[in-house]
Amino acid sequence: MLRTNLQHTDTDSDFKDIIENNENVMICCGRMGPMCLPVYDIMDSIKDNYENVVFRDMDFDGPAGHNIISLPECRRFNGLPFTVYFKNGKVAAATTSIQNKKQVKEILDREFV
Amino acid sequence: MDNKYDVIVLGAGAAGLTAGIYLSRARLKVLIVDSGTAGGQMVMSYTVANYPGVETTSGWNISQTMLRQAKSFGCKVLTQSPVLSIDLTSELKSVEVEDEGTFQAKAVILATGGVPRELGMKSEQQYKGIGISYCATCDGDFFTDKEIVAIGGGNSALEEAVGLTKYASKVTIVHEFDHFQAQPWIVEEAKKNEKIHFLMAQDIVDFTGDEHLEKVIVASKTTGEKTEIAATGCFIFIGYVPNTGIFQGIINMNDRGEVLTDQLMKTNVSGVFAAGDLREKRYRQITTSVADGTIAALSAIDFLQQKNKH
Repeated sequence: MLRTNLQHTDTDSDFKDIIENNENVMICCGRMGPMCLPVYDIMDSIKDNYENVVFRDMDFDGPAGHNIISLPECRRFNGLPFTVYFKNGKVAAATTSIQNKKQVKEILDREFV
Repeated sequence: MDNKYDVIVLGAGAAGLTAGIYLSRARLKVLIVDSGTAGGQMVMSYTVANYPGVETTSGWNISQTMLRQAKSFGCKVLTQSPVLSIDLTSELKSVEVEDEGTFQAKAVILATGGVPRELGMKSEQQYKGIGISYCATCDGDFFTDKEIVAIGGGNSALEEAVGLTKYASKVTIVHEFDHFQAQPWIVEEAKKNEKIHFLMAQDIVDFTGDEHLEKVIVASKTTGEKTEIAATGCFIFIGYVPNTGIFQGIINMNDRGEVLTDQLMKTNVSGVFAAGDLREKRYRQITTSVADGTIAALSAIDFLQQKNKH
C-alpha cells in the first residue's frame, strides 16, 4: 500500500477511467522504496504548476499494477519505479528507476505542452 | 513574501531536520531547503533497528516524523528545490533557490549530506534501470534466478550481496582491492554463501548488452587480463560522495570534499556551520547526523545571541 500525498490508482477501472478521460496523465508505479519516494515527492511538489496534467501513483504489487508492468514500453525495465506518461490514452514516454525533478519536468514540458 | 530568516538550513536529512527542530524550538525563524526529498539518505534504509528509543521502523518513517516535528515548531521546508547560487561570506548570507527566489539569513547550516558514488562511466548511465541498480531491496526481485554482479567491498556491498542471494542464482562480488573494507563478520557470511563468488583487485571496464545489460567487463589490476561476466543485473555499492560542490572555494574541505569543522560544527566562515554526512568524520549513522545537527543548531543559536549583544 502506498502512503503518499498523491491520489492512488488502485483498480483496473480506476486506471481505465483516468487514462480514457484525461488528456495528460503521469502515473508512477512503485513501492515505498528509496528509488520511488523521490519521484512521488517530485510529482507532489510540481502538481500545482501543471494543472493540465493528472498525477497519480500506483502500487507496483497492487491489483492495478499489471496495467503498467505489462506495457510494451516497460518490457525492458527492471528498476523501480516505472513512470509512464499518457497522452490521450497512449504512452507518450516511460522511464525506469529514480528520476530527478529536472528529468520529470523535461518530459512534462515536452509531451504535455 | 518575507524572505528574511534567522537561519537557513541547507539539507533536509537527519542533520538538517534535527537542526531545524532545535532552532525553531528556540523560536528562531528557520528555512530548510533541500534539492531532493526530505529525509536524505535515511530513506535509503528500509529497516532501522538501531535508532535509540524507537523500535524497528523504516528510515522513511523516521524522516517523516522529523519533518512533521520541524514543521510543527514553525520551520518552513522547501523540498525538490535546488540551490542556484549562494553567498556565505557576507554578514547577511543569501541563498537563491530555483522557482522560489532568494532568501537571506544571519546564519547558515550546511547539511547537504552525501550522494551515492557512481563509477562515472557512460555505459553505467545507459543501463540504469535496465540492469544497473543502486538499491537491492528495490530491484532485487527483478533478478530472480538470474546471474548478477555486485560491485564494492564495504559493509553495504557485502550485506546487499548476501541479501540478493534470496533472488539471484549467482552473485559475483567484484572489488577493486584484494581485501575487503567490510567488517569481518559480514565477509565471513558472504564467503559461506554458496551462491556468492568473488573477483578481487579488478577494474570495471564496461557494461554491455542489447536491450538490457548482458555483460560486465572487468580487468585485473595486476595482470590487465579482461574477464567478461555474464550478468543481467549489476548492483553498485561503492560508497558516497559528499554533496559539497556548491561550497567549493568558500568552505574549507579535505581532499575528499568533506567539510572541515571544529567540535561546535563551526566552519572557517563566520556564521556558517556544518552538520551530518558532508563533514569530515569516521562514522556516518542517523544517530551521528542527529548529534551533529543538534550541536550545529545550538552553536548557531549561540552565534546569533552573541551577535545581538553587540
